[in-house]
Amino acid sequence: MADAADTPPASGAKGLSASKAARLVGNTGPRPTAAPVPPAASVPPATPVSPATPVPPATPALPDDVDGPGPDGIWSDEEISRLQETWGEFVRRRISGDYAVDDFGFDPEFTDRVLLALMRPLYRSWFRVEVTGLENVPADSGALVVANHSGVIAFDSLMTQVALHDEHPARRHLRMLGANLVFQTPFVGELARKAGHTLACHPDAERLLQAGELVGVWPEGFKGIGKPFSQRYKLQRFGRGGFVTAAMRTGAPIIPTAIVGAEETYPMIANAKTVARVMGLPYFPITPTFPWLGPLGVIPLPSKWHIHFGEPIPTDGYPEGSADDPMVVFDLTDEVREQIQQTIYRLLVARTSAFG
Amino acid sequence: MGRTVLITGVSRYLGGQMAALLAEDPSFDVIGVDVVAPTHPIPGITFVRADIRNPVIAKIMGEAAVDTVVHLGVIATPKQAGGRTTMKDINVIGTMQLLSACQRTPALRHLVVKSTAAIYGSGPKDPALFTEDMEPKHRPSSGWAKDSAEVESYVRGFGRRRPDVGVTTLRFAHIVGPQMRTGHTAYFELPVVPTVLGFDPRLQFVHEADALGALRASVVTSNAGTFNIAGDGVLFLSQAVRAMGKTSVAVPAPLFPLAGRALSPQGYADFSPGAVRYLTYGRALDTSAARERLGFVPEFSTAGAFASFARSHGAVAARTEVGADG
Repeated sequence: MADAADTPPASGAKGLSASKAARLVGNTGPRPTAAPVPPAASVPPATPVSPATPVPPATPALPDDVDGPGPDGIWSDEEISRLQETWGEFVRRRISGDYAVDDFGFDPEFTDRVLLALMRPLYRSWFRVEVTGLENVPADSGALVVANHSGVIAFDSLMTQVALHDEHPARRHLRMLGANLVFQTPFVGELARKAGHTLACHPDAERLLQAGELVGVWPEGFKGIGKPFSQRYKLQRFGRGGFVTAAMRTGAPIIPTAIVGAEETYPMIANAKTVARVMGLPYFPITPTFPWLGPLGVIPLPSKWHIHFGEPIPTDGYPEGSADDPMVVFDLTDEVREQIQQTIYRLLVARTSAFG
Repeated sequence: MGRTVLITGVSRYLGGQMAALLAEDPSFDVIGVDVVAPTHPIPGITFVRADIRNPVIAKIMGEAAVDTVVHLGVIATPKQAGGRTTMKDINVIGTMQLLSACQRTPALRHLVVKSTAAIYGSGPKDPALFTEDMEPKHRPSSGWAKDSAEVESYVRGFGRRRPDVGVTTLRFAHIVGPQMRTGHTAYFELPVVPTVLGFDPRLQFVHEADALGALRASVVTSNAGTFNIAGDGVLFLSQAVRAMGKTSVAVPAPLFPLAGRALSPQGYADFSPGAVRYLTYGRALDTSAARERLGFVPEFSTAGAFASFARSHGAVAARTEVGADG
């Protein structure tokens, strides 16, 4: 943004302050979210700039390492003052609409300050998520995180998102691929867009991976989260392997990820198919508490979770055109599925209790 | 070598501006066609009052040995045309007649057609960005978008029959700016802007100067192909409403068209089914093809284009300015 100040003001910039213009032009596309933020980024340039001036893609204007206490776990004065300043800025920008999103609608500040903040208590205190294998997740390049799906409500994907942001040294944002039901549901679709997620389709997956983003996919889909409790930790069919094709086309490694604990959050003892059909849902869960206890039945059971990111499976060593060879794609899909299933079994053997 | 360009729809804003822009270049002879005369005479062009639905257009093109046709005589809102039937007539039948005239003009080398991004439709199954080769996931079933889809299919047919003519189709995002007034800009000028409860669509805009720039680049370079034209980036509807300094009211989806019509009794604001879907699900375009193959880079980003429109409306709220400075 600093070089925007060197460009001469154009007629179109009249009445527009520098910080606003700089932010308005900033949303030119996806960018690696792990990019370091220079401290000067939040200082607006002094001269007005044209909204038409090409400016390199904006880095998040707020330093994103101040939303929690430092490594010592205690707020330092400096951290507190920065937090107050940035919160004020944040609120002002939300009110004025003066913030930048990428082409997918990803609003990193809103995600960090509101969405992740809301999920954090659930992550830390309720599910007490334990994370291993973070060294297998690249710090600054594209990769496809593929994980098992379970637990009626897709809390597992949200917790994986928190894990990668809060626990990974590069504080990576997970860009998830969701079903179209997500994007046609009021509020859910809007929040999903703002959190950087998009529809599970080839063009979007490849676009994100090419931009070096960390993409998350749950290939079991509704078959995974809507399966009965008796089927827990048994991986369902992995769709059509579309995610493998996307990874192969972009050469992004696949990170097989196992999540243990999510199955016990809502033990689904039955599926009210008629109700589901009437409501246009893929399934309607009956759990020991839902719908019997009404809204209380929506509270997940406090199971203890473990997320393990496995060793990356490379996808770039295949001959040209392999992405369109169904045999190669199915083989690789099976390999990913098998690896996740084995990891799940290993984690299940190691855990003493589902709620420990 | 001089070129003779025929522009349809010159009495409307974009056509008139385009004709004036090309007429500045002495290497172009510009013929402007429309059913009514422009409100202000356009210097340097030959205006012919004619209806493109009338075969006389073929005679004009033949006599002047027109080598380039820029087809801007399409109408986006029934209000402008005087009813949906007339609108469809002008858009679809007019284009068919124009294309038949084009086919009979041996000198013709290049055809530029204005289309719209609305042909991609809007819906939850849409990819984040549309490229030109993508089929719509939610095909538009009515109005301007459907007309444009039909126009494009007739233009493709013409391209097959006259392979010696290069065809450039430009799919514009919503055009905004200080001058341009459409059903979409009227929506943002409502005293209270209704939005669909629980949805905040990603919108894209192209500045009117960039729209002209893209048309001009198509004529000058004669690069054939279909190109998405939009300003960089996206703007959430909520951001756009705030940039206008307006207040929005969220209305449940089934009541949204009703609320819209109640708030816009004259019917200037567009609440047609296609517009409602757009204001629910949004849409964004990948514009890299226009950059790479047409050599066109928009000067205004989506946010910049919209800010230009908002300023012209004089509605940038004082608090936004104060806040931005502070």
